[in-house]
Order: sequence, then structure tokens, then C-alpha cells
Amino acid sequence: MNLLAADPLYAKGIDLTVVLILIGKTLAVFAIVLLSVLFYIWFMRKVIADMQNRIGPQRAGPFGILQTLADGIKAFFKESSRPSAADKRVYMLAPYLALIPAVMAFAIVPIGGEVSIAGHRTYLQLADPDIGILWLLMMSGIGLYGVMLAGWSSGSKYPLLGSVRASAQLLSYEAALGLAVVGVLVHAGTLSTRGIVDGQSWTSWHSFVSNWFWLPAIGAFVIFLIAALAETNHPPFDLVEAEQELVGGFHTEYSGIRFAIFFLAEFMNLVTMSAIAVTLFLGGPSGPALGFVAADSWINVWVMPVFWFTFKLLVLLYATVWVRATLPRLRYDQLMSFGWKYLIELAFVWAMITGVVVVGADQGWNRWVTVPAAIVGGAMILGVLWLCIPRRGETVEEFR
Amino acid sequence: MIAFVFFLAAAAALVGALGVVLARNPVHSALFLVQTLVSVAVLFLLRDAELLAAVQVIVYASAIVVLFVFVIMLLGVDRAESMEDRIPYQRPAAFALGIVLLLEILVLAGHEWATGQHTARGVPLHGGGFGGNVERVARVLFTDFLWAFETTAVLLVIAVVGAVVLARRSGRRDGAPDDEVTA
Repeated sequence: MNLLAADPLYAKGIDLTVVLILIGKTLAVFAIVLLSVLFYIWFMRKVIADMQNRIGPQRAGPFGILQTLADGIKAFFKESSRPSAADKRVYMLAPYLALIPAVMAFAIVPIGGEVSIAGHRTYLQLADPDIGILWLLMMSGIGLYGVMLAGWSSGSKYPLLGSVRASAQLLSYEAALGLAVVGVLVHAGTLSTRGIVDGQSWTSWHSFVSNWFWLPAIGAFVIFLIAALAETNHPPFDLVEAEQELVGGFHTEYSGIRFAIFFLAEFMNLVTMSAIAVTLFLGGPSGPALGFVAADSWINVWVMPVFWFTFKLLVLLYATVWVRATLPRLRYDQLMSFGWKYLIELAFVWAMITGVVVVGADQGWNRWVTVPAAIVGGAMILGVLWLCIPRRGETVEEFR
Repeated sequence: MIAFVFFLAAAAALVGALGVVLARNPVHSALFLVQTLVSVAVLFLLRDAELLAAVQVIVYASAIVVLFVFVIMLLGVDRAESMEDRIPYQRPAAFALGIVLLLEILVLAGHEWATGQHTARGVPLHGGGFGGNVERVARVLFTDFLWAFETTAVLLVIAVVGAVVLARRSGRRDGAPDDEVTA
């Protein structure tokens, strides 16, 4: 079992201290995910209120910061009803199928550098498995069941429609998401999230453009952000719970704390996806250390990496709120045609271009030849594919 | 510890496998199938086959079974099925074939080439400076088994083209309505 073995924590064998550190890290990650959701919801409501010239939550606690907590406590005391037509066991199971993968996916996110606790060196991340980023795809794949089964087991029409939409949408955009991740993996040469972050270490101020993967993988970055929004059912891709058409979507028949669990899982997924985007493209915890403090002091070892990670995460989370407040929801056929006809093709072609460029760099070919040649080749493939897409009003010739 | 996890996962896999066959509701069967697939992924992890475990969960437990459930929901066959067989000899035949499969597995399990201790290029399961499990699989996949790998890729493309042809054919507008086929 070397699912955890890359962490130097296990180098000296496993004793009680190691187990205690592991339990502590697990609890810490759980607390971070929960608290970040708590504050993200407050942050989102405040920012959207500002953008719409409203005040937003302001009653519970200073600046209304405890509003989400109050809502959560309220949800606990609400009656949890269950439709008589529901499939009882699956109906009870579905919220947890959505929640548990959402929590577990955060385990691979590096939130800090390498620190030492009680004589043991360890990474500030729960797990650094060999399969690394595939863990995210595993968890988002399992999390899909929560949404699907919630809609199906409710024994009601609108939730079923919502979950059919959800499964089609999430399957479609998972392909684009996976291909966008490939664009980074080829540059990093490893699946491990710690390895990806190490490949983007901060050496000087130009590391921002020379080391971080957002520039060499700029196409993958854009595709990842779009696909991640669709994977987390975030506006403008929240077709799954389109209120005008579907009442509430897959969670229409849920009430009380089970309803709240779905929202918790959804926002957790959003935070995790943003954290993964920071890890893959924005260098994770890498950033300039404080020059006037010793390099091995606790400020530069513990605080600064966590600070940079949190800062980048906040920038991305602010962007998601901005998108939520700005863009109208897509129509369902637009969502599907955008995903299949454009995003997946672009992601494929970007993966090919990345492959050519990285192999060229590996073989020592002239960069000024390989990069333009790869881009021209990619554009030609895209052009051919674009010509193959049936235009509006054009009927496709049928096979006989 | 490892033995404990093994027996837990093996028991979960067996319960799931029985559930697939015995559950009356197709969606419940699909869920039991997910349970079996994830338990088998845990068994892969115990054998240090991490990539295989990840692929098992990503491809089988999520993508393929999600498609199953999707089709079940879309076609509206999610009601209990009657357990009567239309083909009378199906059960004895299935039983006989199951025994044949079990014997094959028992025979193969005793051979080293079947359990993959070493490949032709000498990439062992452990040690030897070949990196992690992902790198080992990649090394073998793109050297020894490149031909099989590429052939499988072509096979999948053919399957996709075939699916498109079938979908087109049922979408024709003149001719007889297809409702009788799908109903």
C-alpha cells in the first residue's frame, strides 16, 4: 500500500506520532473544507449583493459573517420529509454519495510546503498518492451518483429530468476536464500533485511566467476553468437546477438537512476545483518568501506558502462569484453543442500541441520552429473538424 | 491490517456481485455493480496496482455504470423485472460456464506469466528503479504491449463509428416508426 508513501512522513516507519499527525491532518483538511464553504457562501452573497447594489446578509454576526452558520443550524431543525413514491434506501443514500467524495477530493491538494512536526518531516497536504490528480477524477466520477440517484429516487418528474440533465452534462464535461489536465501533466511529467507543484517552484519574480504552468498550458487553463464550472454545476452551467424549468432540479423533493447537504457538497466541489486549478496552473503554495526573515523561520516555512495558496484560491473564488453574478444560464442544447463540438475538440488539439512542443523541447529542436509548427498543425486539424460540424438548418446526410 | 482490508473488500465485492444478480430493480443492480467495482479497485490498491485502481473507478465505476443508469432512466425501465426466464436452458448454461471460468482462473492463478510478476522487458512489480506504478505500466504499455494497445484503440474507434451508424439509422424520418423496437 503505497498510496501515501511519497510523503516523507512514512520514511522512518509508522509509529504512534505518525498516526497522530495523520489524524490531525485529516481533521484539519475536513475543517478547512467545511469552514471554506461556510465563508465562501457568505463571501458570495456579499459580493453579489455589492454587484447588485444591495447590502446582503448583515444580521448574524459582524457583517453577517455567521449567516451561513445560522442557515445550517436552521436546516438541522427543519422537518425532513420524504415523498411516498421515493425509493427509500437510495433516497437516503444520495446526499451522502454527493458529500463524501466532495470532502475526499480535497485530500490531494497541497496547501503548504514541507514542514516538520514533532521531529517528522511532512507535506502540508493529506495525501500525495502516486496517481495524484486521477484521485480528483475518481472522486468527481463517484460524486456524480449523488446527483443522479437523488433525482431518480425522488419518484418525481422534475428531479428525474434534472438528474438526466446532470448525468449527461457531467459526463460530457468530464472528458474536456480530463483532457485539459493532460495539458499540464505532459509539462509536469508526473501525476502527483506534489510533483506538479514542485515543478512550479518560485525562484525569482519571473517564475510567475517562466515556471508556473498557466502560460505554457494557457489553452488547457481556459478549458479547465470552463469545464470545472460545468463539473460543479456552477452558473452559467447550472442547468441541473434550472428553477424556471425544473422547479429546483434534482433536489426538489429534498428538505431539511439533506437539502443543505447537497448545497454543502456543491460548494465543496467548487472550492476543491478552484484549489486544483491553483495547484495545476498557478503554482499551488509557491510564491515569494519574506526576504527580511530567515528562510528557515516558521513564517517562511509555515505561513507564507499557506498564505500564497489561500490568496490564489481567493482570487479564483472571487472570479467564480463574478461569473455567477454576470452570466445568464445557457440553454440545454447550447450546453451540449458547446461541450461536444468545441470544448472537447479544442482540448484534444491542445493536448496534441502540448505533446509536440514538449517532445520538441526534450529532443532539443528549435523552439521557434516547433511551437509555430504545432500551432499551425493544431489550427489545421481544428479547421477540418470545424468544416465537419453541420451548420444551422443543414440536414445531415443519413446512412442507409 | 492488509489482510483485514483484503477480507473486507473481498466480502464487499462478493455481496455486490450477488446484489447485481438478485436485485429486482435495475438501478439497484447498477449500484451493486458500482460497489463490486470499487471493492475490486481496493483489491488492486492492495496489490500496489494504483493506476489500475484509479482507471477502474474512473472508467468503470463512474463513466460506464453512469451510462447504464442514464439509459435505464432514459428508457424508463426502472421498475421491477419479472424473474422468469424466456430462454429455458439459460440458467444451467450460465452455471456451467461459470464453473468453467472459475476453473480457468484457478489454473491461471498458479502461473507466473498470468499474474504478471515480470514482463518480457523485465519490468518487475517492485523495485528496480522503474519509478511508481504509473511509470511501470506506461513503460510496459508503450514497449511490450504497444501492438495490443494500438489495436485496442482502433477497435474502440470502430465501436464508436458503429454506434454512430446505428444511431443514424434509427433516426430516419420516412419508413416505419421505431417506437415498437424501443418500447
